[in-house]
Amino acid sequence: MSDFFQDDEVIGKAYDARLMKRLLKYVKPYRGYIVLAIILNILTAALEPVRPYLTKIAVDEYISIGDSSGLLQIIALILISLVLQAIIEYAMRFATQYMGQRTLLDLRIEIFTHLQKLSLKFFDKSPVGRLVTRVTNDVESLSELFSSGIVMIFSDIFIIIWIFVFMILMSFDLAIVTMSVIPVLVYATFLFRKKVRANYRDVRKHLARLNSYMQEHISGMSVVQLFNKEKVEFEKFKSINEDYRDANIKSVFYHAIFYPFVELISAIAVALIIWYGGGEVVQKNLSLGVLFAFIQYTEMFFRPVRDLAEKYNILQTGMASSERIFKLLDTKMFVNNPENPEPLKEIKGKIEFRNVWFAYNDEDYVLKDISFTINPGETVAIVGATGAGKSSIINVLLRFYDINKGEILIDDINISKVDKRELRKQIALVLQDVILFSGDIKSNISLWNEIIPFEKILEAAKIVGADKFINELPKKYDEEVKERGATLSLGQKQLISFARALAYNPKILILDEATASIDTESEKLIQKAISKLLKGRTSIVIAHRLSTIQNSDKIIVLHKGRIREMGKHYELLEKKGIYYRLYQLQYKDQEINT
Amino acid sequence: MKSLLTLKKYFTRYKTTIFLGFVFIFLSNITSVFVPLFIRDGIDELRRQISKPALLKYAFLIVGVTLISGVFRFLIRQTIIVTSRKIEFDLRNDFWSHLQKLSLRYFQNTKTGDIMAHASNDINAVRNFIGPAVMYSFDTLTLFIFTLVLMFSIDVQLSLLSLIPFPILSIFVYYFGKKIHFLFTKIQEHFSILTARAQENLNGIRIIKAYVREESEINHFKKLSYDYFKKNLSKIKIDSLFHPTLFLTIGSSMIIIMWFGGLKVINNKLTLGELTAFILYMGYLIWPAIAFGWITNLTQQAAASQKRLNAIFAIEPEIKDTSLTNYEIKNIIGEIEFKNVSFRYRKNLPFVLKNINLKIPAGSTYAIIGHTGCGKTTLVNLIVRFYDVTEGELLIDGNDIKTIPLKLLREEISVVPQETFLFSDTLKNNIAYGLNNFESEEFIDEKVNEAIKIAHLTPDIESFPDGINTIIGERGITLSGGQKQRTSIARAVAKDGKILILDDCLSAVDTNTEEIILSNLKNFMAGKTSIIISHRISTIKDADQIIVLDNGMIAEQGTHEELIELNGIYTRIYQKQLLEKELEEI
Repeated sequence: MSDFFQDDEVIGKAYDARLMKRLLKYVKPYRGYIVLAIILNILTAALEPVRPYLTKIAVDEYISIGDSSGLLQIIALILISLVLQAIIEYAMRFATQYMGQRTLLDLRIEIFTHLQKLSLKFFDKSPVGRLVTRVTNDVESLSELFSSGIVMIFSDIFIIIWIFVFMILMSFDLAIVTMSVIPVLVYATFLFRKKVRANYRDVRKHLARLNSYMQEHISGMSVVQLFNKEKVEFEKFKSINEDYRDANIKSVFYHAIFYPFVELISAIAVALIIWYGGGEVVQKNLSLGVLFAFIQYTEMFFRPVRDLAEKYNILQTGMASSERIFKLLDTKMFVNNPENPEPLKEIKGKIEFRNVWFAYNDEDYVLKDISFTINPGETVAIVGATGAGKSSIINVLLRFYDINKGEILIDDINISKVDKRELRKQIALVLQDVILFSGDIKSNISLWNEIIPFEKILEAAKIVGADKFINELPKKYDEEVKERGATLSLGQKQLISFARALAYNPKILILDEATASIDTESEKLIQKAISKLLKGRTSIVIAHRLSTIQNSDKIIVLHKGRIREMGKHYELLEKKGIYYRLYQLQYKDQEINT
Repeated sequence: MKSLLTLKKYFTRYKTTIFLGFVFIFLSNITSVFVPLFIRDGIDELRRQISKPALLKYAFLIVGVTLISGVFRFLIRQTIIVTSRKIEFDLRNDFWSHLQKLSLRYFQNTKTGDIMAHASNDINAVRNFIGPAVMYSFDTLTLFIFTLVLMFSIDVQLSLLSLIPFPILSIFVYYFGKKIHFLFTKIQEHFSILTARAQENLNGIRIIKAYVREESEINHFKKLSYDYFKKNLSKIKIDSLFHPTLFLTIGSSMIIIMWFGGLKVINNKLTLGELTAFILYMGYLIWPAIAFGWITNLTQQAAASQKRLNAIFAIEPEIKDTSLTNYEIKNIIGEIEFKNVSFRYRKNLPFVLKNINLKIPAGSTYAIIGHTGCGKTTLVNLIVRFYDVTEGELLIDGNDIKTIPLKLLREEISVVPQETFLFSDTLKNNIAYGLNNFESEEFIDEKVNEAIKIAHLTPDIESFPDGINTIIGERGITLSGGQKQRTSIARAVAKDGKILILDDCLSAVDTNTEEIILSNLKNFMAGKTSIIISHRISTIKDADQIIVLDNGMIAEQGTHEELIELNGIYTRIYQKQLLEKELEEI
């Protein structure tokens, strides 16, 4: 797990049979498209090289003897081949790209779906940013592989083959002479590719350095300025920028050499045709038309050779991305459901913890020997200093994590024996940091649950008192929620999350009260809303409000992972123990306000 | 398009090279257009039964001319494209240098990602204009003219006929390019939405799991992904059309030549060699026609990018030396005085500091305590002049802070900021950050070692793999919160300014270590003006004066004992912290 994210920058080999096999599985549903594309490929590949051959016939059989109607026939044939090629190529390009995007769509959804299933333990250890990259950028970088990589390799190979076929058909000798430049071309292209690839890696490296330098120093600009280091930092920036520039200039050099060189090879091929072919023409061994066609062929076979070299890069990045994606898909950190879950319907809402021990890592227990019972309809307040284990109680009750020892029972059924989805459907969770999603107000209350009708949403909002401010919004319940509710106040966001909990009408409510202070107006609203929420449900509240604690049926005092005191507010105060001190620290000040 | 005029100064810098580049383009094209003529002559002479050595002459001419043209081609890239990389370099340097001058407010209001986007995407778009666009526009123009002249010299009628498809080709490329770029931007936008959704989902995964909404989240994401697929599909439709249309247009030109040219050959008005040359010239013209549309798009994109860059260059740094600056001030003694200072971050926002009156004598130690958000850090931001006061005056040694050269001011203030920021560099370089590079190695070592001792980093450094030369941060080892804070303290200590400000910088350090550091600092602070900000009473109780800041105002002031007597905010904080300690020990 620890090395899960360290290989982001690694560029591996260009072909890995195991990865390729797995990738091809995703293409399988669309194999019709691939077969079609490959057939079309073989067809179009012939259409391009056929044209110089047709011009040869035009020159030798019609132009040279002055047959203009024959010329017209050939012209018509050329036109037909052009139109045919255009149509087929359109179909082929469309089919392959369509297939590619379709595959990416499937893959993207599969990764996202897989992420939804992973347990919180996995998310604790994985930075969100990297996971997002898997779903987005990594999938994206496979696009070329799927859309042009696999199919176009055939296209390039077939074009080269067809050119050879036509050339040999016309003149075996001249074909051999012309093709003699091809090894040089292939060698030059691969040498160039190799150089460019190494250089490209260099460019990427320097660019990454430049970017990370900028990222870091923009974040730390205040430190740069505080320490008067602008000049020194500028020099550093300049030297990194210089490396980047020089790497780029080096790549310009390779291009500057390569392209003229290819032209030169092409000129040599033409010169060979003129010299050798011309000699043959003079000796009447060869027609002028052949020469004519061959000169056109020299222009034609350079592109496929260059493209083939290009495919190496596409394969390489594709392999690297797919390796990372598959690694994520192979991560199986789930909270497992029992094979034959016990039904959990119409519960009353009794909660019982029996000697529960829990640790996030190994034996580092954050909950130690926790036992308590909450009867249906009761409200229990959990209090304790930071790090006492309050949130962990919520985490294990919702089965975000599995406990190490002990039992948690709901209506006397062990929660590890029921479907965790059924379990969670009985419980509504309200977190301290309200999480809103981009969408509108109503869907933030229903969380896009179609079972919850709009009336329910309205009702829930009304009960918690959120309807007032919602109705003041220009679009009311359809008002857009942007960037985690940036336009809403803290109090408003909380009311929305209360409405959310209420709309789901759960038997059990878990509430992590917000600590941040809000204005007295909203404070009153929120207190009212809380008492409405708690009514008639079994509730566990991580309490920060004195009123919540005072109104609860039982207070559990957690301290360093253990239950140290349990009872009612006044009983506990009289004890002069931990609760007494906590009260002084956290709640006493609120007395003045309430 | 006007925005690109800003680039003039960069072009002027390299005008000789660029001029040379243009000369090379001219030379390369004027030689290469002769190749088809040699081929023509070669073919035509075949009919006259020429000898093999004569053919060899043409073969050598073709190769030779291509070689000469190729050498110039090489030189074109080595001048113009290389210059574009140099201008890109200059532009990026200027961008960074400007960025460094901007004030804290700019960075707090601008996302790092946005700045990065300007530095990479926009500068890149401009570079594409400077290099390829400039090169190909002149290249295209000369090649076009030369080719046309030669084509016309062979056969005017056939030239005109075969040129018909070319304007169409240019327009095609321009519109296709534009459309594709537009669709591409749309796809990018949707990609951001997709990314944001995934991010949001993963950030809220607890709520999603708690409400069993995985299913609907997947469906939602499916829909977004499908929309993304659809957007890609619309680009694919255009994309797939692009290439076939391109060669269809080119092919139609070919057909015109074959038909009309062929007829002319039949009627003996054209030789076969000339027909071949014509076909080859067509090949020469294809690229300029495509390039024409392409260049137009590149230029438009560059203009838009340069406009965004110009907007950034136009931002004036908020804090800088002005006409008020008195360069006679050569040193700072360390007296700080707030006179009726009020401050707010922007108009219409509430005041964060209200009517602060406070005089800190040179050489004394003052402490500031108060709840989160009471204005403590803002006070520091004013002393280091990250912001200027809204009302009132801030004096250092009796001089208005605005008259003190910014460089001198920051030279003499050592700050340990609340949010520790260290660079991913060696521990040593981080600590020595505030020292001047021209100092001797021994001096730097001595300062760094002293700072390490004071910040009590010695035991930690001994446990690091490379000791003081261990790289920390992203590419190195991760420091604990306390270690980071202590490194930040060492950095400020090594800088050794006249004024030392510790902004809540011991919060992650355990109490024992805190005590050690505080007693170490005591000697160091002698003769320096020090301001210590903290939540913890233990950190500040020994200060000469303690200021209790509440809601942007000075609520209480005095020594620890005096404030305890007062039985106010300070006393309450004190009692709470005693309780916390008690709880900790239970």
